[in-house]
Amino acid sequence: MSELAAYNFAYLDEQTKRMIRRAILKAIAIPGYQVPFASREMPMPYGWGTGGVQVTASIIGPDDVLKVIDQGADDTTNAVSIRAFFQKVAEVAVTTHTGEATIIQTRHRIPEETLKEGQVLVYQVPIPEPLRFLEPRETETRKMHALEEYGLMHVKLYEDIARHGRIATTYAYPVKVHGRYVMDPSPTPKFDNPKMHRSEALQLFGAGREKRIYAVPPHTDVVSLDFEDHPFEIQTFDKPCALCGANHVYLDEIVLDDGGKRMFVCSDTDFCETRRAEGHTGEMLAPSQEAAE
Amino acid sequence: MYVAVKGGETAIANAHRLLADRRRGDRNLPAITIEQLIEQLGLGVDRVMAEASLFDRSLAALALKQSRGDMIEAIFLLRAYRTTLPRFGTSKPVETGSMQVERRVSATYKDLPGGQLLGPTFDYTHRLLDPSLLEDGMVDQAVERPGTPDHVMRVSDILDGEGLIEPDGEMPEDHVAGDLTREPMEFPMQRDLRLQALARGDEGFLLALAYSTQRGYGRTHPFVGEIRMGLVEVELEVPELGFTVSLGEIRVTECQMVNQFKGSAKAPPQFTRGYGLVFGQSERKAMAMSLVDRALRADEFGEDRLAPAQDEEFVISHCDNVQATGFVEHLKLPHYVDFQAELDLVRRMRARHAAEMNRDIDKEAAE
Repeated sequence: MSELAAYNFAYLDEQTKRMIRRAILKAIAIPGYQVPFASREMPMPYGWGTGGVQVTASIIGPDDVLKVIDQGADDTTNAVSIRAFFQKVAEVAVTTHTGEATIIQTRHRIPEETLKEGQVLVYQVPIPEPLRFLEPRETETRKMHALEEYGLMHVKLYEDIARHGRIATTYAYPVKVHGRYVMDPSPTPKFDNPKMHRSEALQLFGAGREKRIYAVPPHTDVVSLDFEDHPFEIQTFDKPCALCGANHVYLDEIVLDDGGKRMFVCSDTDFCETRRAEGHTGEMLAPSQEAAE
Repeated sequence: MYVAVKGGETAIANAHRLLADRRRGDRNLPAITIEQLIEQLGLGVDRVMAEASLFDRSLAALALKQSRGDMIEAIFLLRAYRTTLPRFGTSKPVETGSMQVERRVSATYKDLPGGQLLGPTFDYTHRLLDPSLLEDGMVDQAVERPGTPDHVMRVSDILDGEGLIEPDGEMPEDHVAGDLTREPMEFPMQRDLRLQALARGDEGFLLALAYSTQRGYGRTHPFVGEIRMGLVEVELEVPELGFTVSLGEIRVTECQMVNQFKGSAKAPPQFTRGYGLVFGQSERKAMAMSLVDRALRADEFGEDRLAPAQDEEFVISHCDNVQATGFVEHLKLPHYVDFQAELDLVRRMRARHAAEMNRDIDKEAAE
């Protein structure tokens, strides 16, 4: 039973990688279109990043530098687990620094630091179909995409406005890619949507359980759906990051005690740490700095 | 000062160490062996093989041991191993008609060629806990018919002689059976792929769906034409050699459900069939599968598709327990980025709501 332990570089066999690369190429050729692929059973559960892991496993080489984030952080348990997986089966270099990585696998966030040419951002996607909660049937939604029949989505957004006075979608906010396909950006907060627009990096999306791969090639238009009188807007925060003082970044709310005391800190841990290393401080760090003086 | 949460790596390593400790349990007791699992918890091992789509008792037993008896976890372990194996060929269709039958019953005939053969069944046992099993007492040897069992005619062949039942399905000459573990699924599906999905589908889910057809949600008027369990030979045609080689024997359970059909403009009145085939001994699964298979064929017979069991996308997309458990359990992963976005929205909407209420109160007060 010793052959049990012998796995190929990056876990997947070469035939499977070739099949996935073909799907990726097709996805790049038709931006925003969901390409069906023969998703494999992976050694982690469905819904925990099997799509992203398969995409990463298919494109990663020995020279790559990998970064894995979950909720923007490198140290969340699932990010740790996926990073450890690739260290084990591909022995690649890993990093937490966005700028150093050639491949960044992510769940729910796009790094704050602007991505550059040559970088690949791999998204883990739970439900790739943006129309799924409007129409549960795959046979129907594929037809709707083919006919560019997106009225239902606009009606949904309009109903939000009629009912709540605003579009009540805060994450997985639908976008139109290259003026053609409506695409689910994965459950990233809509705060991150503008970062996808004409990004220099290649963006790949893998949905393992749903067996779909889609892509946004570099420099592609990614437009969040909206109305003239209700333009798309991103979340804003009242205060800067309490640790690094950054403005215009996405913040996590940390509950400090049972008396309702809270603080807001960068969700992107690498961004926050880099800023602090550069000497930026937020309000929570300032007192200890003074004490040291 | 707030210190960001760190140390996921150590926490994971320690959790896994604790898991290994709990799996082993009390060290004063001997560790359970793979052979014991295969011999004494064989039906559990069978289920793992069936839903992992891999016929290997030792590996299935290993998975069951490693998963502490959690069936779905064991199925998951075995599937994750199976997916790394190369696929070197497609076997010839197994000939269940020439099965070495260990059990064979029919509910449609009192007696029939080959007879009713009960085999090792829980049927007709009284479900009374047996205290003698608390000790390792002697168990009598089984009484078995001498000699190798004859090949037993299939009930569907008996009915087919009169044209009373639809014949075995035909596929186009050049049709290669699909493999949903190697090709992306597409709807609507061919029946070969659908049966494949059902064969590895969750026993509990298929059981519930099958049950629902009996209670009126997609009624199919079923009779058990035949259930048979035993050994069948798996053969592979090797093109380089120009002949067929036997890869060995596997134990399977087959169920042929016979269902009412009134006939249509095109076809005369005839019985229809639902089919179930499962690795190992699992009658419940084979029966449930055949009921669901028949329900899913609604379109073929011009039946209205109204019930969940008749809805191909619904049934096939949700019958895989490894997929289901993964997605349900992924909810325990952190979602705080998205939750933050929702928090922000709810706060804003509440603020607006409060402002509107105050305005209304002010207005009323002013009037």
